[in-house]
Amino acid sequence: MCTSIVEIVKAEGTGKGEEGWFDLTTAVVSYDHPHHALLEDAINIDFVNPSLGPSARVAVEITLDSARELSAALERAIAAADEVERERLRGT
Amino acid sequence: MGYEGLHAETISIKGHNGETISAYVARPLGKGPFPGMVLIHHAPGWDEWYCETTRKFAHHGYLAISHNLYHRAGEGKPDDIAAKVRAEGGVPDAQVIGDTEGAVAWLRAQKDLNGKVGVIGTCSGGRHTFLFACHTKSINAAAELWGGRVVMKKEELTPKLPTAPIEFTKNLSCPLLGLFGNEDAAPTPEQVNQHEAELKKHGKEYEFHRYDGAGHGFFYYDRPNYRVEQALDGWKKVWAFFGKHLGK
Repeated sequence: MCTSIVEIVKAEGTGKGEEGWFDLTTAVVSYDHPHHALLEDAINIDFVNPSLGPSARVAVEITLDSARELSAALERAIAAADEVERERLRGT
Repeated sequence: MGYEGLHAETISIKGHNGETISAYVARPLGKGPFPGMVLIHHAPGWDEWYCETTRKFAHHGYLAISHNLYHRAGEGKPDDIAAKVRAEGGVPDAQVIGDTEGAVAWLRAQKDLNGKVGVIGTCSGGRHTFLFACHTKSINAAAELWGGRVVMKKEELTPKLPTAPIEFTKNLSCPLLGLFGNEDAAPTPEQVNQHEAELKKHGKEYEFHRYDGAGHGFFYYDRPNYRVEQALDGWKKVWAFFGKHLGK
């Protein structure tokens, strides 16, 4: 690693890897050299489950601009989802 | 053209604390004796580029070994292993030094070694090369190619990387070659200046070459940062440096 930018959070859900769907435990976000994207550095997001081995990984490598847009889209989707959940609670 | 041949394979060696790690070895066919070269792989892992470069050294008449610093992270594709190591905060500096000493020891046990051993690494491997050269007396020359985080801020230090390598400059035990791109962000030209100033301060034998129009990893022909002119010149510098110091 030539940068030390790594953020790790718990991730509950599933991801689809090389061998199909698997349970996720962790999301790792870094800004470092990508393996495949033709960029010097990229925002790399790995959804993993270390207990299943290193290949239990869903990986993306995207530009900083794409990461910003993704982050904003997540914020918007989460805000809308929160509203749906509030409505659901009011309906019960 | 005379007969040419080389043999390449994966082997097991003893690394840090006598633990077994894997390594990729390439040796020229023929009697020798050959100078030895340890290649310290980069952050993207013990990958195809490093196997190719190990063979390149054998093609140039070196008995070459590239040890797998990520061996303990398990079996798998290099990118998956590297992602795992990245999430773990990298490999500990002390372990890298121990593993690299193991690779040097393997070379020194070979009957066809000419008695001289060099070390080369790129990216994090460049950092590790300098770090190792400051912690050993077992090598004759070292080449650090765009080593990121030789200079580190206090907040970048971790239990695995407890000291910035630049702090060990006074212990550098052999001549050092450094190749850097002036458009690199890690290390920045300013960090390269600090690195050089420290080498000068301690009277170390070194040669630094800085390339305009090049950034990080300008030797990697499969990445967008590849710069053919700078890379070809850089390779010339590598062969001349090791030829001078390792008796080729």
